[in-house]
Amino acid sequence: MPPTPTVESAVRARADNTPILSVRELKTHFHLTEGIVRAVDGVSFDVRPGRTLGIVGESGCGKSITARSILGIVDKPGRIEAGEIWLKGSAEDPTAPPVDLAALAPSSPQMRAIRGKEIALIFQEPMSSFSHYYTVGNQIMEAIREHSDATKDEAHARAIELLRTVGVPQPERRVDEYPFQLSGGLRQRVMIAMALACDPRVLIADEPTTALDVTTQAQILDLLRSLQEQRGLALILITHDMGVIAEMADDVVVMYLGRAVEKGPVDDIFHAPKHPYTRALLRSIPSIMAEPRTKLATLGGSIPHPFNRPAGCPFHPRCPEFIAGVCETAMPPVLPDGEAREVSCFLYGGRP
Amino acid sequence: MNVLEVSDLRKHFPIRKGFLRRVVGHVRAVDGVSFHIRKGETLALVGESGCGKTTVSRCILRALAPTSGAIRFQVNGVVVDLATLSKRELKRYRRHMQMVFQDPFSSLNPRMGIADIIGEPLLVNGMRSAEERRQRVGELLDMVQLPRAYRSRFPHAFSGGQRQRIGIARALALNPSLIVADEPVSALDVSVQAQILNLMLDLQDRLSLTYLFVAHDLSVVKHISDRVAVMYVGRIVEIAGTQSLYEAPKHPYTEALLSAVPKPDPRIRADRVILEREVADPANPPPGCHFHPRCRYAQERCRVEAPPLQEIEPNRWVSCHRARELSLRGVR
Repeated sequence: MPPTPTVESAVRARADNTPILSVRELKTHFHLTEGIVRAVDGVSFDVRPGRTLGIVGESGCGKSITARSILGIVDKPGRIEAGEIWLKGSAEDPTAPPVDLAALAPSSPQMRAIRGKEIALIFQEPMSSFSHYYTVGNQIMEAIREHSDATKDEAHARAIELLRTVGVPQPERRVDEYPFQLSGGLRQRVMIAMALACDPRVLIADEPTTALDVTTQAQILDLLRSLQEQRGLALILITHDMGVIAEMADDVVVMYLGRAVEKGPVDDIFHAPKHPYTRALLRSIPSIMAEPRTKLATLGGSIPHPFNRPAGCPFHPRCPEFIAGVCETAMPPVLPDGEAREVSCFLYGGRP
Repeated sequence: MNVLEVSDLRKHFPIRKGFLRRVVGHVRAVDGVSFHIRKGETLALVGESGCGKTTVSRCILRALAPTSGAIRFQVNGVVVDLATLSKRELKRYRRHMQMVFQDPFSSLNPRMGIADIIGEPLLVNGMRSAEERRQRVGELLDMVQLPRAYRSRFPHAFSGGQRQRIGIARALALNPSLIVADEPVSALDVSVQAQILNLMLDLQDRLSLTYLFVAHDLSVVKHISDRVAVMYVGRIVEIAGTQSLYEAPKHPYTEALLSAVPKPDPRIRADRVILEREVADPANPPPGCHFHPRCRYAQERCRVEAPPLQEIEPNRWVSCHRARELSLRGVR
């Protein structure tokens, strides 16, 4: 059975501020007959224990593919083209040398040992990620037994324990129910229980609350936060919702068309955004704090089709601060800004 | 002047079981809903999934036949009750109420060109001349800010936001008295949501349109509505002007709903009201106030007696026994 985390281990994990997962210049492309879709095109970030990294962007920005690349579950014909994904140590041996997940074959034994055990994933739509033919207990037990020598009884007991941890009422009864018998909120809790089955160090939540109602969303976000606190989890939260980012994230990566256009601590991103896309996005989101019936600032145009990727900076056709002769000719470099921030825009230097 | 007056609307769906398909119960999807919409205003109907907001809008459009209640609709000075009209009589009034759908991908026929999609309601309602239709389609494309040159294209060539504009143009074609928009922006990316909301506000100002805006997203609702009605398990729990509802909610469910919305500012990670448990089952709602099992202010009376929707201040209706005494937290 996986070790249950103690308070000390959680505290230790949090005190240790070195990244547990480092993604460097990740490129994941899809080779189609019509051309190449550069879903992720040079993204770098660090994930630290006990902290939440929010990855935010609109549809097609590559945020989900980034998550799938980390776990080696990119669907064909996509593949990791370049870049590195370093996972530090392992749960048993924190001093073990780091592993480059990008270099591991997706179906290799090493990758299979990491997927689910070290890094777990929560999907957006819990209904489509469960099997309809097995009870939720069976599905959690499968995850436990995949990575440990627990007997069926031990795994069953642990499944009930996990359901209790994530706040499923009457776990002894729910463990034998099928996914379709549960409400959306409960299914998402079970999904989280399954992800926690092997006590992972990194949890990736891909739009974990998008399909849920606001009051259920508040419950699930609260649960994720308290689990993170108890276990010192490194959380990667992927969402399109700036509100969820503001509530949950410590650090933020803003993505647009496969690129990280801006990175930084959450307060800076919301109160001193630098990249024109981040600024436009923040101005254009409907806010509950706005005056009634006020018009929103809009971002002109729409996200280009993946095959018609603009040359140069991918945002230049929609950018209000477009510099003619510069932005459409070259890709802006990633410019460090202070200690923890990066922005990729010619307004801040790096002109060719 | 009220364009629409809904009173005590009910829609119950039978639950059938067994070989003989006997009725063993009813899902009370809409259970006594009353409200009105004035000409030129936007009333938003908000609530979580399963609260009955879409069923209300479908009853108004008579896509569903209501179980009971009245839906008084005013057209050119004549008031008709949509709830009791026969299908044939309804035909005369259908052109005056139009719908904007949620999903811009499935609500446009992929085999029809844009001019045909927008022009079809004109043709069906007797505009026989192709030239007249062409003229009107051009005007409608201007209104929704799409280039006239797009008229011969097919839906697949458009983005989600552009398709929603086409859907709006189609709804406007016959100068309707009421537009029912059911989650019109929830399938769109955030940067595109703003464009569509602004367009709807613009069109309302220019053409003095009347909207019933059905949505779950309270942030979106704040940007478009004059008044808001909050639904919970088939009933309206509160109706008020947008500003006062958001600033000072009077029903505990409204408070919880507002508090649950993530605020786009990391400096106000407020302590939220987190509702325990789950939404009640509309086939078997709890006795008394439907919200009492999740309400932190519930008292003995709430468990036995259902609170009526009462006007506690001018233009403010609340269905809560304690509405006058509670001081609830709003947004800002």
